[in-house]
Formats: sequence, C-alpha cells, structure tokens
Amino acid sequence: MGKKQAGTGPLSRRPDNSAFKQQRLPAWSPSLTPQTVLPTFYILSLVCLLLGIWLLITVEYTYELKVDYTDAGTCEQCFNLRKHAIDSSTPCKCTVSFHVPKTFPGDVFFYYGLRNFHQNLRRYMDSRDDAQMVGRKNNLKAPSSYCAPFDYDANGKPIAPCGAVANSMFNDSLTVMYNPTDGSKIQVPLYRKGIAWYTDKNVKFRNPPTNNTFSLQQAFEGTTRPLYWQRPVYELDDIDSNNNGFINDDLIVWMREAAFPNFKKLYGVLNRAQGPFTEGLPAGNYTLSINYNFPVEPFRGRKELVISMVTWFGGQNYFLPIAYLVTSGLILVTAVVLTTVFVKVGKKGKNMEE
Amino acid sequence: MGSLLSACGINVKKKKVEEERHLRANDREFNLSFKYANNAIKTSKYNVFTFLPLNLFEQFQRLANAYFVFLLILQLIPQISSLSWFTTVVPLLLVLSITLAKDLSDDITRHKNDNHVNNRKVEVLINGDEKWMNVQVGDIVKLENNEFVTADLLLLSSSEPLNLIYIETAELDGLVSKPVNVNMNLSICYYCVRCEPPNNRLDKFTGTLTMRGETFALDNERILLRGCTLRNTEWCFGLVVFGGPDTKLMQNSGKSVFKRTSIDHLMNVLVMFIFGFLAFMCTILSIGNAIWEYQEGNSFITFLPRADGANASLSAFLTFWSYVIILNTVVPISLYVSVEILRLGNSYFIDWDRKMYHVKSDTPAQARTTTLNEELGQIKYIFSDKTGTLTQNIMTFNRCSINGKSYGKRKSRKIDFSWNSLADSKFCFHDHKLVEAVKSGSPEVRAFFRLLALCHTVMAEEKTEGLFYQAQSPDEGALVTAARNFGFVFRSRTPETISLVEMGVPTTYELLAVLDFNNVRKRMSVIVRSPEGKLTLFCKGADTIIYERLHPSSSKLMEVTTEHLNEYAGEGLRTLALAYKDLDEDEFEKWKERHHEASTSLEDREAKLDTIYEEIEKDLLLLGASAVEDKLQDGVPQTIEQLAKADIKIWVLTGDKQETAENIGYSCNMLREEMKEIFIVAANTAEEVREELLELLRTACMCQAVICCRVTPLQKAQVVELVKKHKKAVTLAIGDGANDVSMIKTAHIGVGISGQEGMQAVLSSDFSFAQFRYLQRLLLVHGRWSYLRMCKFLRYFFYKNFTFTFVHFWYGFFCGFSAQTVYDEWFITLYNLVYTALPVIGLSIFDQDVNDRWSFQYPQLYAPGQLNQYFSKMAFARILLHSCYSSLVLFFIPWAAMCDTVRDDGKDIADYQSFALLAQTCLLIAVSVQMGLDTYYWTAVNQFFLWGSLSVYFAVTFTMYSNGMYLIFTSSFPFIGTARNSLNQPNVWLTIFLTTILCILPVVAKRFLFIQLKPTINDKVRQAKAVPPPLPRKFPRRRISTRRSGYAFSHARGYGDLVTSGRFLRIPVKSRPALFPHTDTPVP
Repeated sequence: MGKKQAGTGPLSRRPDNSAFKQQRLPAWSPSLTPQTVLPTFYILSLVCLLLGIWLLITVEYTYELKVDYTDAGTCEQCFNLRKHAIDSSTPCKCTVSFHVPKTFPGDVFFYYGLRNFHQNLRRYMDSRDDAQMVGRKNNLKAPSSYCAPFDYDANGKPIAPCGAVANSMFNDSLTVMYNPTDGSKIQVPLYRKGIAWYTDKNVKFRNPPTNNTFSLQQAFEGTTRPLYWQRPVYELDDIDSNNNGFINDDLIVWMREAAFPNFKKLYGVLNRAQGPFTEGLPAGNYTLSINYNFPVEPFRGRKELVISMVTWFGGQNYFLPIAYLVTSGLILVTAVVLTTVFVKVGKKGKNMEE
Repeated sequence: MGSLLSACGINVKKKKVEEERHLRANDREFNLSFKYANNAIKTSKYNVFTFLPLNLFEQFQRLANAYFVFLLILQLIPQISSLSWFTTVVPLLLVLSITLAKDLSDDITRHKNDNHVNNRKVEVLINGDEKWMNVQVGDIVKLENNEFVTADLLLLSSSEPLNLIYIETAELDGLVSKPVNVNMNLSICYYCVRCEPPNNRLDKFTGTLTMRGETFALDNERILLRGCTLRNTEWCFGLVVFGGPDTKLMQNSGKSVFKRTSIDHLMNVLVMFIFGFLAFMCTILSIGNAIWEYQEGNSFITFLPRADGANASLSAFLTFWSYVIILNTVVPISLYVSVEILRLGNSYFIDWDRKMYHVKSDTPAQARTTTLNEELGQIKYIFSDKTGTLTQNIMTFNRCSINGKSYGKRKSRKIDFSWNSLADSKFCFHDHKLVEAVKSGSPEVRAFFRLLALCHTVMAEEKTEGLFYQAQSPDEGALVTAARNFGFVFRSRTPETISLVEMGVPTTYELLAVLDFNNVRKRMSVIVRSPEGKLTLFCKGADTIIYERLHPSSSKLMEVTTEHLNEYAGEGLRTLALAYKDLDEDEFEKWKERHHEASTSLEDREAKLDTIYEEIEKDLLLLGASAVEDKLQDGVPQTIEQLAKADIKIWVLTGDKQETAENIGYSCNMLREEMKEIFIVAANTAEEVREELLELLRTACMCQAVICCRVTPLQKAQVVELVKKHKKAVTLAIGDGANDVSMIKTAHIGVGISGQEGMQAVLSSDFSFAQFRYLQRLLLVHGRWSYLRMCKFLRYFFYKNFTFTFVHFWYGFFCGFSAQTVYDEWFITLYNLVYTALPVIGLSIFDQDVNDRWSFQYPQLYAPGQLNQYFSKMAFARILLHSCYSSLVLFFIPWAAMCDTVRDDGKDIADYQSFALLAQTCLLIAVSVQMGLDTYYWTAVNQFFLWGSLSVYFAVTFTMYSNGMYLIFTSSFPFIGTARNSLNQPNVWLTIFLTTILCILPVVAKRFLFIQLKPTINDKVRQAKAVPPPLPRKFPRRRISTRRSGYAFSHARGYGDLVTSGRFLRIPVKSRPALFPHTDTPVP
C-alpha cells in the first residue's frame, strides 16, 4: 500500500491510467428487462414442453416388466429356508411363472432388482480393496484393513476378494424359460458377459498375472473365498473360464455399488441369434427358475427380475418426461403472470419514475 | 504464554517497574547502571528461527484454523472419519500458507524499516557521530536542521532567537513550533535529571533538573519528542531522556484500536448461528441414524457386522461426529480468507484511483486499513473538522473598506507589486485604486495599513530567501502580508519595538502595550509610539465590538462601512473592523500605571486587565474594515450537497467560534437560507456537551446538518461516541490535524486529509487523501461498490456452501444416515478451493451495479448500504431458504431421474459413483449460473474465471477419473471411468438441464417481479442506463444576505504574552545577514 514508485518528479506517485486500475474495464452488464426475461420464459417453456413430449413418446415405447419372485410361486419355501443362516448351504430351487403381454422388440435386458438393500452405507462401501481387485500381488494376500472383518478368515487366511461388498454378492442364478402356446419350453438365451462398464472390466478389475503354466487358481493360492460364497473367485463362471477371477462380470456389476437402497443390476442380455428371439422377446408365458441363494428376509427386502428394453434415453423412466412437462407448465404459468404484471404495471414505465 | 515465548527465543524482559528515571548528562557509566533501554527499536515480530513456529502458533489461535485442526483430528479417528484427511488438509495448508506469506512479507518490511532507522547517524556530544541504536539515555545530542529527532529529548538550547525551535511533527501531533525558554551553558555538561518513568502521554512530562546545585522544574514544554523533524532551526542540543522503546512515539504505537466493520460483527453472529445449525443438523441425522440402526441396521448385520461392542446408540454418537466432518462446509472457513482478499483488492482500487489523486501535492488516496472497505458504503454520519478539511487554512486578503470607500472588486487584472521590493509574490489583489491611494499618500489608507502592520502578534523571520511570517492564525498572517505588499512591511519585533518599512522608509515604533485578544474581548489593540513621538492605540476586532466603542464622530462612516461589511459577509468573507485613537501622554502614563498594577496583581488578574483595557479602548475612530477569505477547499460545497443527497448527515465539529463555523457552514452549502432553526451547542465542559447533546440528540439527528463549535479534541471524540452509541449508525470522521486524532480513532471509519497540519491525522486514519472533495468518490463510488461487492460475495458464498452441504443432508435419508457423502471426496476438497473460488472473487472485485458517473448522478443509490439492505439477518434467512430449495432440487431431481434408470446400452448408471458425479455436476452448474445471474458487470476477467472454472472442473474430473490416475493412486481415485461412462448419456444432461432451470428460473421470476412491482432506485438506474448521464452540474456560488462577521483569531491566546514577556530580553537575538542597510534591530 502506498509504496512509492521508483521515479521522482511532480507526478511520480500518480496511479496508472489503466482500465483495470481505474475500474473501467469494458464489460457487459445485462439486466432483467422484460424484453429479455419474458421471451426467455416462453421459449424455455416451449423447449421443456417439446422435450417432455419427445421423452414421453420415447418412454411409452420402452417396455419394462418386473417379476417379484421373493416369495412368489414356489419360492416361498426357499424364502423361509433362507431365513435361517444355518441352512445357507442347502440348495433351494424354485420357479415363478409370469406373462409378457407385449413383444419386447429389439434388445432386451434382464436385471435382478433388490429392494431395501443398502449398498450405500458408508462402512459397507468402504469395505473393499480396489488395490486387491486390480490384481496387485502384494495386495492380494494383504487385504486392506478397510475390509475388516472380511479381510481374513478364522484361520488367518486372506480373503479374495475381501470386504463386505464382495462378501454379500448377489448369488441367485436365474433361468428364464419361454412357454410358447404349443407347450414346448425354450430357454431364453442370455449373454452373461459384456454387462459391465468397459472401464471396469478392463482397467478397474484385473486378475493377478497368469500365464500358460501359471493358472488362475494358482495365482489365488493362499487366499480363501469370501465367507458367504459357495465358490472361490476363480471358479465363479463354470462355463466361460475367461470370466473368472476379479474380472467376472457379475462380480464387477455387483461391486459397482448402487446409490440407493432400491436398485437393479444387469444380469444378462437377450441373445437374439436364434429361435423365436431374433425380433426380441415375444409375448407369452414364461417361467423363471431360480437357484434361490440370496437371503432377503433378514433386511425385509425384495428380489425381482426386471426385463426391460433400452432406448437412447435408457430404460423406462417416466420421471424425466413428466418432470419436463410439469416444468413446462410451471414456466408457462409464471411467464403469463410476469407478462400480466409487466403489462399492468411495468409497461407504462410508471414504476420507473423517480 | 510468557514462558512459551521465551522458550521460542523471544526476549521477554522482566524488568522491575520503573518508578522514577534518574540520569546524568554525558555520564554513560552512571546511566547504564539503571539498564535503561537504549535507542534501538524493534517493531518486527519474528526472526529467522521463530518465524515458523510463532506464526503457526498465532494462526492456530484463530477460530477458523482451530476448527480445521479439530476436524482433522476427527478425521483421523477411523470410526468417525467419513472423509479422507486430504479434504481438510489441502484447504488448511492453502490458508496457512497464504497467511504465512503475507506475514512474512510484512515482517521483512518491518525489519528493513527497523534497520534503516536504527542505522541513522546523529552527533553525540561525547562520541561524535553515532548510530541511532547506540545512543544511550543521558547522551547529549546535537540536531541540525531537517534532521529527525533521535529520541525523546530534553531541550537544552537552540540556534534561534527566544530559543524557539520549529518542528514538523510528522508522526506525533500537530504542533508547528515550540518555544523553549531554557538557556544553559553547554560547557558545563553536568546536569542531573530526575523524571517520570516512560509513559505514553504526549502532553505531560514532569521532572526536575539539577544543575550546579540549583533545581529547576521541567515540564512538557521542554521535551522534544522522537518522530518530529527539526525545521527552520539551524541546530539544537538535547539530552536523551527516553530512548528507543521508551519513547512516547513507541509507547503510543501499536495500541491502536482494531476496528471491525458491522459486517464483521454480523458475520461473527452468523457463524455462531451456523455452528448451532450444524449441531442441529448433525443431531437430527444422528437421531435418524439411531432409529435406522435400531430398525434396519440390526437386520443388515449379516452383510455388515458391527464393530465390537457397537450398538445403535454408539453408532448414532459416532455418526454425529461423522456428519460434523461432512457438513463442515456449512461453516465458512475459507470465508475469512476470501473476505480479506477481496477487501485488499478493493483497497488497491482506492489506492489506484486517479480521480482521488491530487496533482498539486502528488498525493494519491491511500487505504491505510484494508479491512474496512465495505463500511464505507454504510456511512450515516460524517463528522468533519473544519480548518484544513473543509477549508484550506489559507486566508487571503480580498476586500477592504477604508474611510467609506470599498476596494477590491474583482474586475481588473492582478496588481503588479514589483515597485515594492519586499512584497510577497504570492499575494494578489485586483483593485488598482487601492495602490493608487497608497501611493498618493492618502492618510486614512496609510493609517489602515499601518494598523495592519502594527497590530498583531506575528513573528517575522528574515532568511536569505526573503521575509517570512510565523503567524498564530492564518488570518493574521494574511492581514500582515497585505500591509506588507501595500508598502507597510513588518520586518521584525523586539519586546519593546516593532520595525516597519513604510513605503521604503525603515521606521521603528516603540511598542508600549499589547492588549491581547481573548474570546470575550474579541479584539486586540496595541499602543505604540511613532518615531515622531505620537502615541497611538490601534485596535482591530469584530465589528459589533468595535462599533460599541467608537467615537460619535465616526457614526456616519459607520453606516457606510456597515453596508460594505454586509456586502463582504454576503460573499462569505471574514470581516474585521479597524479603528485607532491618538492618546494623550499623561492619560497614557496614568493608564500604564494602573495597567502595571493590574498585571502584577495575583488575584483576578485577567478580569482586572480586561477592565483596564476596556478603559482605554473607547472613543475610537473608525478606519475601515478588512475582509479575509477563508478559502474553502475545491469542490467542498458540491461534495457536501452530494453527500446530503445520499442522506448522510454531516456534523462539523470545530474548535472555531460559532460565527466562523456558521459562516463556513453557509459558504459550503451545509446551511442554507431556508434552514430556519439552528441549534447551537455551546458548552464549556464535556459533561455539559454530553447533557446538552443528549437533550438535543433527537433534534440534532433529525437535522440535515449540525455544527458543533468550540469543541476540544476530546469532546469531538465524545460527540462521535455519543452518536455511535445512541444511533447505532456507522460514523465517519474526517480531519487533518492532531486535534482530530481522537475523533478519527473513535469513529467507525477515520479519514485523514494529508494536508499541511502534519501527518498525525493521516497516521491514525484508515483512509487518507489530499482533498475533502474526494470523500464523495470514496463513499459514493468506492464505498458503495465495496459494500455491494462484499454483500454479493457473502450472499453468494453462503448460498453455494449451504446448497452444497444440504444435499448431503438429504442423502442421509437414503443411505441409512451412515454419513456417506454425496460427492466424490476430491470434489469436496476442490469445490471451495478451485471450482468456485475464482468466479466469486472476480464477482466481488469487479462487480458494479452502475458505473461511477451514475453513482454521482443519483446519490440516493447510497441508501441501501445505510439501511443494511443487502446483507442482514433477514437476507441470511432468505439465503438459507433459497439454499434449502436449491438443494432439494439438486438432490431429488437427480435421485428421481436416476434411481430406476440405466444407460443407453442397458448398463448401470444408478450406481453411487455416477450419481455422485451427476449431483456434483448439477450443483456446480447451478451455482455457476446463479453466479452469472448475480453478476452485473461482466468483464473479460469474470467470463474467464467462470468459464475457466467450469472447464477446470471437467478437465480435473476427467483427469482424476482416468485410467492412469487410478493405476498410480489406486485407493485415492476409485472413480475411474465414471465421467466417461455417464457424461456421454443424454439423460444425464437432461437431468442437469432440468435442475438448472428449476434452480434458476424462480430466482429470475422473483427478481423480475420485484423490479416491476417494487423497483428500488438501483433497479431504476440500471434500467435507465441506456441514456448517458448528464455532465455534473455546476454549482453557482450562493449569495448570503445576512451578515456574519467573524473575528479571525483562533480562540487560543496568542503569542502576545511571549512577545512582550521579560524573558525575551535575556536571550541574545542572533544577528542575521541584513537585507537592508538601514536595519536598526535594537540589540539590548
């Protein structure tokens, strides 16, 4: 402050005459005039209306079907069986029938949905070790303390993958049978791979290094499977051996924790290569058979199968179109009010008088 | 504290309390035995080793930083830690290092200054040249002209007649010259001084000096204080009494009151409220957590076992602290740093303003305190000094009426005074008739100027450059200078003679008596004997007083002169009537005896003298009248009118008399003819003033203008204090002299005029500039903008932080109150620090609602600041509600849009990481658009900051979510791929668009409605901006019809006493190089 400039002379302390120092920087100073505000409101109202209609139409042609199988059909026994942790190793199979009223054209996606399952609890979400799941050798056998109490088993063996998230992985297996009117049963073929984010599959989750002589099982030697799992991580997929270990798609999908307690996760995509499914999922009767493993009774949860189509806008989501339509209406009402006020009060300029 | 400081290497002196100072001149050994502080000073706070620990220690004492540390400790507890340590450490380090850098540079400057001062050289009697820091108490030092005073000195002698010395008091008080009357023989340097211990009272000193067995009392008159500069005095000797830290200057420094603005106070209240609010939110959430844990958590332990011994209540307790960490952003920690930054920026704009730079004195305006800017926009009362502030303290002899003839109409060109070799070249007069009258020898005209040359208490000083006058009051100087230029040159005086050069002829008058001025008499007279032996009494004084004492023969002349006086008063001039009387030798002798009697009487001397004076000052013959213009500073009337329009009440507090003050009040537009009632506060003691003021405060505060006359410096401060206390309004005091210091320090804002009266006012002020008229720019432009910017900043800052934080609150209801954050931790770290920091600073440094010309055109625009309209508790509550609304939109719209949806390839998008990214992007865009809505003045910098910050957000986000970052710092950046996978989704952008619309449009609609229905003056001006503002009006000078005469002396007693005192005789007057061959300086 007040530092003298180097030079001396009659005007040596005169401040510079720069636009910045004199606060005369060229500037745009908009103000809320009727000429800008009212058209903006009308235009925005129109934009929202159009968007809303467009989205609504899109969503109208996006079909979705939810089949709650928690205790439906023959699953009530399994539901009751899974109430007790003691019987957790006892296998239980059940079936649920459902009807698809309209053909789902195009690609059809099969999700499992869980209700009231809090994947978003802080301690739950912290209970994982990304360094282990990216396949680092050191971390594989020394899981992070965040995984506790799922870091080592009772014998002190490191768990892979460690933590509560992996431990609680959804382990029902779902099979959907198509029952055409002719009485036959056709299994709906599903792609069970390619259901995870590319970045997750290729970057975030990696297996420990293996080669021709060093198998995945050997790589995981010295670790044990999570407490609630029936199989070790390197045997998750018994059909496709490349889908085993940390890069198992189901595991990856599960590990991407949901933001809210009610969520659905991708289970498989309809394989439209053959049969009646080339055009999509035909209308008709279906049977869902479940290897019922995942207990939901303790946390008063529900399980469901969600069959859905997908558009550019994602799945069937009525919220945004309706929200846009409502917003459009609100803006329109506001715009009309503002216009009325402007015409009654502001237009004559009386309010602007001194 | 003390032990800690000494442990840190700070030298804490534990001295015995000094009760009396005892020293011997030039006896160092003796003096050193007392361990008095030597003359080295230390204003710096740190050295190389103590800087870091001490500074950090100081910084952590601040609430904000302590809060950071508290959070950090919480975060280190694993059960509580809901955020990584870096979210706290990064901002903390930033804040600490900014403060550290600022303190470091400040302290380096102080070190440099200390070194510079300590290494100044001074001549010490026993050692020759010595550095200042080595000067000891008891040394005798010799100061030469223009040297700084080394320490507090006891003056021993000086080169000047009367042992007067002249000092410029740059840093202390406004004394201009100081008479010292001790004459001591320097060859015997054996003085013994006993005096009071060091203290900070500038006006008091007691002690005794023993010399050759004789003891003399010492008082403040003989002390020369450090911080002054010797002027017009060849040399002087002084004995060092107090050195270095003991000097009055150092004892006085560093104790200035730390001023805080009303916004600061409000902010403190709000921060306390926010703490409470934080606790409230955390309590709700932890209760929620207890309920959730009890109902749901128990059933979820299969998947997420509890830690040992944990149950719902412990979990709730831990959750409380976890939420304290998460919601900590609601307490605006970085607020204080940002506020400092933008105040500093706005202070720089004041320093840089060319329109507040005074070319003549090469003085730019200066914001000496950088923490008060926004209060400049809230001023309700201005307390102004008069002399030197409203007026230039320059008097010019403008008009005169001699023997019924008026001179001095400004119609012809300047008179050339070259015929008079002694004339003062700066003097100007415009009426040639007067010169002709003098030259032609008109006896009345000559008597008129003779009177002016004789009847005064001015001291003359002859230097090689010419003749200089030292006048007690500038109007006396103006009158004597006028006489000088018209050929009656006052050259020198002794106690018994006055030497003039009358039209080139040196003449010496014998000075028989000085009937000095005082407030009651309102006149002064001298009785002189001319070289011819004629006895004459010359008298000048207030016209009413003189008129009462005129001889009846003057009555006709009186009428004419009265007319002239009225005319002069109408022009706002200060008038004096002049009269004389020839005296009888016998009559005078008798009078003189009685005078002597009275002047030696011990009781009631003043009253007796007054009576004696009264006896002789009668039957006077009127000579005429003089009119002196008390020059106003440029633009004062306009400024006052502007400020009045801005509804700022102006009180003038002056030591002057009522007439003078009123006169100035009229001439500077404060008082106008149509103002009928003028209350006059005239009281003698502070208590009376207070009582009267309390009575009048109501009335006075309704008045547009108040003038307080005859107030002492202390009373000035009391008046300010009174208004501060009873009106709860923001006050500003403006002054230029030492007598204004108390007022400047008391008022919320002190403004110093850097003028002629020394620098003390400036040094104790918060803002300083050279001219009163800059005040309107300081208040109406800088103050208004600063207030506007500060309030916008605060409103926006609170808004963005509350909105940010409340989203977490809503998420608590969906995540089992588990203290899960909504956003990525890095976003939490960088939100305040990077993504939103620069735009808001740009807003609060550059924003202008209307430009400066409009601000001048409509001073009413100033009103919102006075009424606290832009930021108050109400405004804060509105912000809270607004944030609440915004956060609801920003949480529930993305929630509803995302909770059951998938990507366009059927894959997951309702996952936590995608939702976090969506929520934070919505938030950032919404608050950025809100920022745009708040910005009235879009400079390129604002655009750059806003778009830059948004780009930086996306750039940083993509970088942190990239493969590389994940593979290097796996556990720090778990959000890999989130940005790529969700920001390419149309529904994400549709959600962002919808939240932005829903956040912004209600605000736009509300603002538009208010502009239409209840437009403020501000809105009107902004809407009318298309028309360029007209040029500032010219103010015609008002004619004033009523006469206000003012006797021009200051109310203090003059030099009269000293001039005629016997003490004068003891001092040999140093003979000077003579200007004239016929100098007849009588050397007794």
